[in-house]
Amino acid sequence: MSGGRITALKPAPFGYSAPASLAEALAVLAEVGEHAKVLAGGQSLLPLLSMRLAAPRHLVDINRVPGLDRVEIVDGSVRVGALVRHTDLERHEGAAAAQPLLRQALRLVGHPTIRNRGTCVGSIAHADPAAELPGVLVVLGGRVEASTAWGSRQVPAAEFFLSPLETALRPGELATSVSFPVAGPRTGTAFVELSRRRGDYALVGVAAVVELAPDTSISSARVGLVSVGPTPLLVDLSEVLVGRPGGARELAAAAALALEHAEPEADIHASAQYRARLVEVLTTRALAQALANASHEEAA
Amino acid sequence: MSTAMFGAPVRRHEDARLLTGAGRYLDDLGHRALAAAFVRSPHAHARVSDIDVTAAAEVDGVVAIFTYEDLTGRMAEPLPLLIPHPALHAPRTAYPLARGEVNHVGEPVVMVVARDRYLAEDAAARVVVSYDPLPAVVGLPAARSARHAVHPDVPDNVAAHLVQAVGEVDTAIAAAPHVLELDLEIERSASTPLEGKGVYARWNSDEGSLRVYTSTQASTSVRAAVAAKLGLPLVKVDCIAPDVGGGFGVKIVHPWPEEVLVAWAAQRLAALAPEGIKWTEDRWEHFVSSAHERGQLQHVRVGFDSDGRLLGLDVTIWHDNGAYTPYGIIVPIITSTQLLGPYKPGAYRCEFFSLYTNTVIVTPYRGAGRPQGVFAMERTMDAIADHLGLDRAEVRAVNFIAAEEMPYDQGLIFQDGRPLIYDSGDFAATLDKLKALVGWSDFQAYREQARAAGRRVGIGLACYVEGTGVGPYEGGHVQVETSGKVMVATGLTSQGQGHQTVLAQIVADELGVDFDDVEVTTGDTRRFGYAVGTFASRAAVMSGNAVALAARKVRQKALRIAGEALEADPSDLEIVSGVVRVKGAPASAIPLSTVAVLSNPLRYAFDEAAKAATQFAVGDTSKPPVAEDDEPGLEARDFYSPTQSTFANGMHAVIVETDPDTAEVRVLRYCVVHDCGPLINPMIVEGQVHGGVAQGVAGALYERMVYDDAGQLLNASFMDFLMPYASEIPTVEIDHLETPSPLNPLGIKGAGEAGVIPGSAVIASAIEDAEGFVIRRMPISPSELFELRASYAAGRVPGLRRTSGERTDPRTRPGHSPDNDSPDNDSPDKET
Repeated sequence: MSGGRITALKPAPFGYSAPASLAEALAVLAEVGEHAKVLAGGQSLLPLLSMRLAAPRHLVDINRVPGLDRVEIVDGSVRVGALVRHTDLERHEGAAAAQPLLRQALRLVGHPTIRNRGTCVGSIAHADPAAELPGVLVVLGGRVEASTAWGSRQVPAAEFFLSPLETALRPGELATSVSFPVAGPRTGTAFVELSRRRGDYALVGVAAVVELAPDTSISSARVGLVSVGPTPLLVDLSEVLVGRPGGARELAAAAALALEHAEPEADIHASAQYRARLVEVLTTRALAQALANASHEEAA
Repeated sequence: MSTAMFGAPVRRHEDARLLTGAGRYLDDLGHRALAAAFVRSPHAHARVSDIDVTAAAEVDGVVAIFTYEDLTGRMAEPLPLLIPHPALHAPRTAYPLARGEVNHVGEPVVMVVARDRYLAEDAAARVVVSYDPLPAVVGLPAARSARHAVHPDVPDNVAAHLVQAVGEVDTAIAAAPHVLELDLEIERSASTPLEGKGVYARWNSDEGSLRVYTSTQASTSVRAAVAAKLGLPLVKVDCIAPDVGGGFGVKIVHPWPEEVLVAWAAQRLAALAPEGIKWTEDRWEHFVSSAHERGQLQHVRVGFDSDGRLLGLDVTIWHDNGAYTPYGIIVPIITSTQLLGPYKPGAYRCEFFSLYTNTVIVTPYRGAGRPQGVFAMERTMDAIADHLGLDRAEVRAVNFIAAEEMPYDQGLIFQDGRPLIYDSGDFAATLDKLKALVGWSDFQAYREQARAAGRRVGIGLACYVEGTGVGPYEGGHVQVETSGKVMVATGLTSQGQGHQTVLAQIVADELGVDFDDVEVTTGDTRRFGYAVGTFASRAAVMSGNAVALAARKVRQKALRIAGEALEADPSDLEIVSGVVRVKGAPASAIPLSTVAVLSNPLRYAFDEAAKAATQFAVGDTSKPPVAEDDEPGLEARDFYSPTQSTFANGMHAVIVETDPDTAEVRVLRYCVVHDCGPLINPMIVEGQVHGGVAQGVAGALYERMVYDDAGQLLNASFMDFLMPYASEIPTVEIDHLETPSPLNPLGIKGAGEAGVIPGSAVIASAIEDAEGFVIRRMPISPSELFELRASYAAGRVPGLRRTSGERTDPRTRPGHSPDNDSPDNDSPDKET
């Protein structure tokens, strides 16, 4: 949002509905379609409205819709409903055990007051390329459930993020849940980021997932990079790491490979060269932590 | 001093109210008022060719729309130049609404009044202003080049030019054994109080009077300015600063355009706005239409001897004053005088150019030019130490003014137009305390140990002297009510500092009453009409002494009246916990509440106690009920007006760690030794230091104003303007030295700004020490430190002698004499 020219800190007029059921919410969305914005936690939407950077004609407040606030571990995934707050998921022991990367990333999302209101699905639907959870969804290969009055579809992470603040959600669709695959055996994860202030969007963030073979060599490794491209980037590092123990030189090669895929740009907070350096440093750190966690899993 | 509140870490009176949401800030008032919104310039520099309000006027709920053409009388004149100065040869101030030209993004052009703020903003969005853009002058290099002018009649962009000199600096430097030159740069930041500005004005048609609430640091002066602009008698205007959510300098500027416009519109639209008109500044408005500070370029030329003793110091400063100069040139004057800190500079010459740019105006922000001056001096001290291979603390110490040299005349004219004479301080003692606190002497070993473990750590220090308690005066009124409660008023305002507490502590002691019986009002012209304002770390010194003097008068009167009642000599009386009693005979006593009753001879008894003061109760019929030189009531007011400022001082040391890979800077320790004289309330002083340090760290590592070449402020939100959170601020370790000022009855010196002053200087010192190359520009971000490392590696940034192995202590170098050290004179330390 750097450099946006603001003209007021009061929202433009908008219509407002607060449906009491999912069916009602979907019916309203079907009616107002592209002119609608969904209000869940409001942590990104309300500032945009106040700055008049967004002026939707209609807000559909889903906070009264029952059944969207559940965290479930089903079919090999952690399924997170559209009203699950960051804090709820962060503190969910079952989710943390099933997929440690969630808690690792969530503790870096904003501040406690933001996490108390902001929703995980909202953060993903907002699709800020610097946000943590989109990176998590991409690196884990999760999916988004998009619902309409006529049914729902599952959108894979790889197809969900189109460009900054733009997703594959269609007018009239509501992201009712996201699903994060649970971690496999001998798998370690880590989320490492550097932000100027604690809780800020990252200058660069790296989500890493490393799986070990029974002989403790690396069987797969990938990272999700945030804040170095228009969408969170998935980089498969298997070609330089599979079959290897993950020593310093190998991690450096993996970091270099990650950087090849990154598109660091300059902004008022960091030069492109600095961001590029951070991709390497933070990828190395994230992989090392993920490896350590995988080894810990192995030992456990 | 029966209660001994002075010096006690009393919990703040204010906190229960403020911390439980019971504060009354500007936006908590006037819920039924109409709302004002402003159309502001989107251009840094443009002519306004046309304003079309047709579509805006059609918005439902719009009451009025005003442009410059609508302004009447003195409202159509430029806003006042608050502090003229002979060196400010080309002052310019804005009109309340732009008159044909805008000079920064955010300058108000049109005012809309509507039923609520949302409607006002909707209408403002429909106002069509046609602009013919002009070239924007952004940044000091552009201002200096004068390729374009901000104001056409100031073609060189120079608003002010001032030279102050003591001794023959060129001669002194020419004769010096060593000479260094430094080019320094410090960027803009801003006060950014959490509550922005705001004003709520209500015209009383029945009385023909105006009441103005404004979030200000100077309510008496806003009152005077509004009365003048509106042509009203002063007595028909009240001005009240309600709870103010921080000021830090920006709210000392007045009248802001909105203050006079809202007041003017409230009178003009009285029939349509019986509940008045309110404007609450939003965050974006605050960034682009209030004030910034700090931006300067500096060139230092210094001559010194082989002990690091200053022989001649020649400083040139280019100061960015933004688009207008309503607050004069206070900031660069303070920079150029307070730069000297605790040192004797030898010969000194300081020249500054205050330059116009098409950016937000520059007015004092906590520290008010001192952080820049300290940056110049302390960078110079470090450069001298490194050049000579001497300990940085040692070089400072050889230049200190000695305690026995106080008062010490620096030979310059300070911001108040009076001589710069330090009244007190023991700098050597302060430095000793600081070295002990931070472990200065042990750091070398720690650094080497850390380095062996792959860590980069560095230590830095910086010293400052701060003129505080600047005049001309403040006053206080103390009244003992017949309930025994003591009502105190002073005209200056509070922005959360704790004045209610500190002034109550002083009055409780002076009068001999319980702290809880003292109630203090600040910033309300209905209670006290004469005041200057809250700035320059002056409230405790000025109003503290004023209320002390007023309380002493009340005490004298109370003792006299009680003496008559008790048939005792007043000198035999004491006041303890609100009771006047005969020393050594506490049974012979009379409560102050009764004394208050007796002080006011009555015809009518309104309650039991009042009967004691009626005409048939009060004795001697040969005397008039109120003596010729007396007044009814147990109250008094007095003023404190010092001949000069009092000078606090302090020294900070920090230890930082810089990440070898990410170039993040972490402050491991932040140590402060501070001398503001006797502490009235140590807890409040430490809180002030903590807050100041937070803003110092902010200015060193986080905050800046990022303008693009077109004059757009790119980070006008708290998302991109990186005001640090508590999580970014280190624990502050504090030690105090209390050398009293001889200048005022309480011996106190100001403490409000101290914490912020050496922030950039001390952190630059420590980063430089950790990294081994020179730091000449602050603030510094990890990205910038990363780029600097690359420049250093490429040989474009000079390394420190002490780390690049060039350690050459000339005192020990064989064959050294000053004469053959001439390369110094030819190899100035170049800009980085």
